[in-house]
Amino acid sequence: MSDEVANSMSELSHSPRLDAKVPAGRLQEKWDAYKDAVSLVSPANKRSHNILVVGSGLAGASAAATLAGLGYNVKCFCIQDSARRAHSIAAQGGINAAKNYPNDGDTIWRLFYDTIKGGDYRSREANVYRLAQVSSNIIDQAVAQGVPFAREYGGVLANRSFGGAQVSRTFYARGQTGQQLLLGAYQALSHQIAAGRVTMLPRREMLDLVVAKDRARGIITRHLVTGELERHAGDAVLLCTGGYGNAYYLSTNAKNSNVTAAWRCYKRGAFFANPCYTQIHPTCIPVSGDYQSKLTLMSESLRNDGRVWVPKDPKDTRAPEAIPEDARDYYLERRYPSFGNLVPRDVASRAAKKECDAGRGVGETRLAVYLDFGAAIRRLGVQTIRDRYGNLFEMYERITGDDPYKTPMRIYPAVHYTMGGLWVDYELQSTVPGLFVLGEANFSDHGANRLGASALMQGLADGYFVIPYTLGAYVAGIRQSEGIPESHEAFTAAEEEAGARIDQMLNNKGDKSPTQFHRELGRLLWDHVGMARDRTGLEEATGAIESLKDEFWERIRVPGSADRFNKNLEFAGRVADFIELGSLMARDALRREESCGGHFREEFQTSEGEAVRNDEVFADAAAWEHTDRRPVLHLEKLSFENVHPTTRSYK
Amino acid sequence: MAKNMTINLRIWRQKGPEVPGKLVDYTVSNASEHMSFLELLDVLNEQLIASGGDPVEFDSDCREGICGSCGVMVAGIAHGPQQLTAVCQLHMRSFKDGDTITVEPFRARAFPIIRDLVVDRSAFDRIITAHGYVSVKTGSAPDANAIPISKDAAEEAMDFAACIGCGACVAACPNGSASLFTAAKIAHLALLPQGQVEASRRVVAMVDQMEAEGFGDCSNYAECEAVCPKGISVAGIASMRRAYMKGVFSK
Repeated sequence: MSDEVANSMSELSHSPRLDAKVPAGRLQEKWDAYKDAVSLVSPANKRSHNILVVGSGLAGASAAATLAGLGYNVKCFCIQDSARRAHSIAAQGGINAAKNYPNDGDTIWRLFYDTIKGGDYRSREANVYRLAQVSSNIIDQAVAQGVPFAREYGGVLANRSFGGAQVSRTFYARGQTGQQLLLGAYQALSHQIAAGRVTMLPRREMLDLVVAKDRARGIITRHLVTGELERHAGDAVLLCTGGYGNAYYLSTNAKNSNVTAAWRCYKRGAFFANPCYTQIHPTCIPVSGDYQSKLTLMSESLRNDGRVWVPKDPKDTRAPEAIPEDARDYYLERRYPSFGNLVPRDVASRAAKKECDAGRGVGETRLAVYLDFGAAIRRLGVQTIRDRYGNLFEMYERITGDDPYKTPMRIYPAVHYTMGGLWVDYELQSTVPGLFVLGEANFSDHGANRLGASALMQGLADGYFVIPYTLGAYVAGIRQSEGIPESHEAFTAAEEEAGARIDQMLNNKGDKSPTQFHRELGRLLWDHVGMARDRTGLEEATGAIESLKDEFWERIRVPGSADRFNKNLEFAGRVADFIELGSLMARDALRREESCGGHFREEFQTSEGEAVRNDEVFADAAAWEHTDRRPVLHLEKLSFENVHPTTRSYK
Repeated sequence: MAKNMTINLRIWRQKGPEVPGKLVDYTVSNASEHMSFLELLDVLNEQLIASGGDPVEFDSDCREGICGSCGVMVAGIAHGPQQLTAVCQLHMRSFKDGDTITVEPFRARAFPIIRDLVVDRSAFDRIITAHGYVSVKTGSAPDANAIPISKDAAEEAMDFAACIGCGACVAACPNGSASLFTAAKIAHLALLPQGQVEASRRVVAMVDQMEAEGFGDCSNYAECEAVCPKGISVAGIASMRRAYMKGVFSK
């Protein structure tokens, strides 16, 4: 009960520990005012500063390349065998920018407004406005690098509308926009490696953050081929390690995506904000069996022509083609007549869950709904559908063996993106001075829900155009003599802790594999901290996750040894951290007694099942501080001086 | 209902680059036609961990055919029998119940084995570092529409830019050549005005680096295109060779 009292008291006030450092002045002038006033670092001084960039996705690669280009000494780390493979590469749809090339009325303000509204009014105005401001520079930069965006016959860039936006502001390179933007950043990074400004360290996993004298001083990594633990000292650490969607085991994330680096920072004093905000994407290929290792996303664009339905009668197990029109329930069109199949991601996902929970799911597992192109093929002809979605239909057939030209696709929602992450201020600095967090790893910009084509924009905005300014403000204020060497006791202690953890996992010789634990955690989170949550379920999950944590350390079995390539050892360490994170996700979801964006609490909905937000009490970012006892909540109260929170309606 | 399958595997096991390796036989009796090939290896590994064995090491990450992390020889073919498909998207319905499948790493002089099916492809990164980029720093870009680019050029550049850097082309080539990989990057950039500026310097630097890494030369077998999961065309190799000769003589 003391928790509850403490929470209800802190509910009202902004924590003094969370100074967002938002510049004064009009929203439109804040970023310029910041740049006018920020300290610069002279070229000679930049050379003497070592910057550690962890991760080589859009945020990491763009930051490392840019900072090296400015003259800093950069070390960049990634867990894959090459910097080119970070999971940004899998983004399909596109990247937003307020270029207004189509002359259809887009402005920086509109991109800002759509992002704030899409995030269900749970993000910081100043950060989001800056994101919209620099969005156009990203497109210029990418084109200069040779990113082959789609073009019109006249030679100018093509745009499309994405995710229900009223303007066409999305730039794309077929269905591989993330790949092309990442390769652009990777090539810029390679340019700086060639120039000797970046030392690239692939196949390295960050196992700890080294903090001494109240600042981030470096990191501990494990060399994933030799198993050696390494110390790297730096003047600042940039964490660009992506999101934590793999906590659910099954997600659209890559197998190696994990929370370990961010979680180690949390344990060293960086606050973790809004961990309950997770995005579930409505159109993924459903789970087919227990062996399933990941889920594959089918682009959201499919809903432009596909109609979502389930049989009206749960006992109707005829093949979909044999079910007549009057026995089908096109439930999105029925419930949301004006938006129909194009309702936002969270709404579409919950509606699919609702049908399956009511027993109307289809396919072997009954955890799927139909996405039917029959009507569109009759209306537009098979060739038009092939031109629009041919590659997606092929991918679907490759994975499921079904031909979507003949039979409806089966789809189901899957975890896709996490809006929560380490808390950062306007400068992208965490609560640990010297530790900056970029891209999906931070909590900034997307509030409670991210819009389509905005993840690529944020990762690159942070790396190319924000951190080069804000890092300077920090670096200008530190003295070289204050640094600590890699022989310092703080490094020794962190390395010993990381080594001890590895030894404990290897020496335990239990009877359950890391994957078994990961699947169990995933099931708990999906069932209770997934698309819809309630108090009973969250409390149950909290208890179950605590037991799973104890069981992990009693029963984990990790094959092999520490001094070699050992994938299961990597997995085990990550699963241990996911379990702890899972507990914080449930705690955060329990505290947030409202429904907003990706967080839907069953208790807070209208009689028609729509989300009910509570701006009086919960217009905040919830930042959790690690302590030895239990996490302590700090609040950043959000103030909306430029937009007025409204209720989203898609009826 | 999904069919249950029994699959026999002969997998290359090797503890490190200097240690001799060998093929070892395994059986997975609870495979499903809906599994991907890598999920079959996952199931085998869980079986091995449960029985106190040593799981088979292999690289994989996105499992949707775009990151280029995975890649093994399946029944003698890089990424297996299904065309235009990385091994992570190869599904067991391509095989029959009772099949015996040999699984080996991508072999090439320039790809030393790390362990089992994991190889070191860092030579690819060094080829890109040699000059597989446009020398432009952040902030120095003109407006994105300042230089018009024809739709055809952009599309063709995209065809080459789609390379995922998996290394199948090298593994399939009798010469162990990285010509398709190198040519794809050269062609991608050469087709765009932004890449044209340094095109000549680029092709010489990248081809020289390819040779220095120990990759063989191209003898027009075109095995590379046949196994490429992204269908990159060997046409890029011809232009690369022409551009290389020009570049060398104009130096």
